[in-house]
Amino acid sequence: MDTVLFSKEIRRNTLRCLHSQGSGHVGGSLSIVDLLAVLYSRHMHVDPTNPKMDDRDKLVLSKGHAGPALYATLALKGFFPLEWLDTLNKLGTRLPSHVNINLTPGVDMTAGSLGQGFSCACGLAIADRVRGINRYVYVITGEGELQEGQNWEAAMLAADKHLDHMIVFVDSNKMQIDGYTRDVMDVEDLVAKFKAFGFDTQRINGHDHKAIDDAICRAKAVSGKPHCIIMDTIKGKGVSFYETMGAGVHSTTVTDEQYAAALEELK
Amino acid sequence: MELRKEYAGELSRLMKQNDKIFILDADLAGAGGTKPLYAEFPDRCLNVGVAEANMACVAVGLASCGFVPFIHSFAPFSTRRIFDQIAVSVSYSEQNVRIVGFDPGVHTTYNGGTHMTFEDMACMRALCNVAVLDITDGVQLRKALPYIVQHNGPMYMRFVRKQTDTLFGEDYVFRFGKAEHLRSGEDVTIVASGTMLFDAVKAAERLAVNGISVDLLGIHTVKPLDEEAILASARKTRCVLTVENHSIHGGLYSAVTEVLSAKVPTLCDAVAVRDRLTQVGKLDDLKRDYGLTADDICRRALALVASK
Repeated sequence: MDTVLFSKEIRRNTLRCLHSQGSGHVGGSLSIVDLLAVLYSRHMHVDPTNPKMDDRDKLVLSKGHAGPALYATLALKGFFPLEWLDTLNKLGTRLPSHVNINLTPGVDMTAGSLGQGFSCACGLAIADRVRGINRYVYVITGEGELQEGQNWEAAMLAADKHLDHMIVFVDSNKMQIDGYTRDVMDVEDLVAKFKAFGFDTQRINGHDHKAIDDAICRAKAVSGKPHCIIMDTIKGKGVSFYETMGAGVHSTTVTDEQYAAALEELK
Repeated sequence: MELRKEYAGELSRLMKQNDKIFILDADLAGAGGTKPLYAEFPDRCLNVGVAEANMACVAVGLASCGFVPFIHSFAPFSTRRIFDQIAVSVSYSEQNVRIVGFDPGVHTTYNGGTHMTFEDMACMRALCNVAVLDITDGVQLRKALPYIVQHNGPMYMRFVRKQTDTLFGEDYVFRFGKAEHLRSGEDVTIVASGTMLFDAVKAAERLAVNGISVDLLGIHTVKPLDEEAILASARKTRCVLTVENHSIHGGLYSAVTEVLSAKVPTLCDAVAVRDRLTQVGKLDDLKRDYGLTADDICRRALALVASK
């Protein structure tokens, strides 16, 4: 499927998932959709019928609150029925708002307590190396999440151990719960920071599918270093009233009216 | 032989048989004894530097791929310092990580204060599905390790790196979740864990001289606790003294009284640290100051028996 069409389907189903409970992490889910569309169309070596296959690429969604976007992607790829998307956060669900390695087919790591996923991904990359598995480990973190110091412990390790089969995407949507990231606790200059930590680093438009695809291909061509792709994104991307909502879009409502209006925009 | 040498020696033997065992350290590989393993198994040993949180989560990544990672640090740094990493990435994620805490409680001696913990077992015991072992000696640890490797679920174990005294002989058999019935008596039950078992044995001998017979249970598995053994002994003696190198809050005393209060309400007391701050000092001085000596065990046991 064309990645643009796929991204639209992911956005529609992400909102379906969030609408099922009436609210949730709308902004940060929508901002990573284009990355998920490109990754799962062009790069992720996975088998929906065998989600625990040893010889697979792995994705750690360290900003685990964006679970609904990943669930929509995985459901569309056939990891589980689309109907599961309507069970978000209901008691006994396989789809909790923050991702869980044991509950959802295709989810490779638990995340939600921010700052831990990057380290877990280092463990995955080291495990692959020791086992002689030549696959990629992808990490999606948020720029706000990078305020957690543990990320930089992981970055040091990734560079020191030359984990060149690890690609870290920073979803830089410029907002966190309490406001604009630059106002709460500025994390820039991220390119300089990751370069200083020994990463092969790029910065791209995180909604430009060709730019995402090219950046991943460029990263894979560089050996001996872990990779960081900082993606400039828009929180709530794809739905006009969420894009302009401000920091409140981090966790907000998806009412019947909002859902209908969003689907109209995503036709 | 120092306990850390026994630990590394047995791990070396097991790592030759099992290519899933993985060693992680946070700048204490030399102190903790695992350093020789780095030369022997370079692919399966990783020193992450002074970064315990990272170490725990790297271990989770490895565990999710089928490895059995052991993470090491001084007991406060491998437990309370990284409590959320263990709670979310290990416990909640149900990952087979082995968490090792060196020199628990008073055994930190001159590194006490900042490096001393009386709440490590409380922290770990409170987490769902995390087993807790309080190791008595090197023989016990060595005999337990084959089981520890194949245990299904996260596990915390605490031991004293440089300890050379042993209580158990080579015929010792480790049985996870089972108390060791070391002495039969009628007057008072003493339940002791970890290194306090040495003091409890001494105290039981002294009490016997004074005509008090002790039913002595050695506990290595604080969680899951051997409820049957404790209930059976309490029914017999009708008073129970717990003995631990840990706070009275959340450790062995809590575990034992949780069981007894629900099933066999029994008069209890504890030899434990009673809401005191940590400090530096010689081991004997610390034990006296916190009331963790054989004398303290005798005194509290006699008082318990007298109040029956």
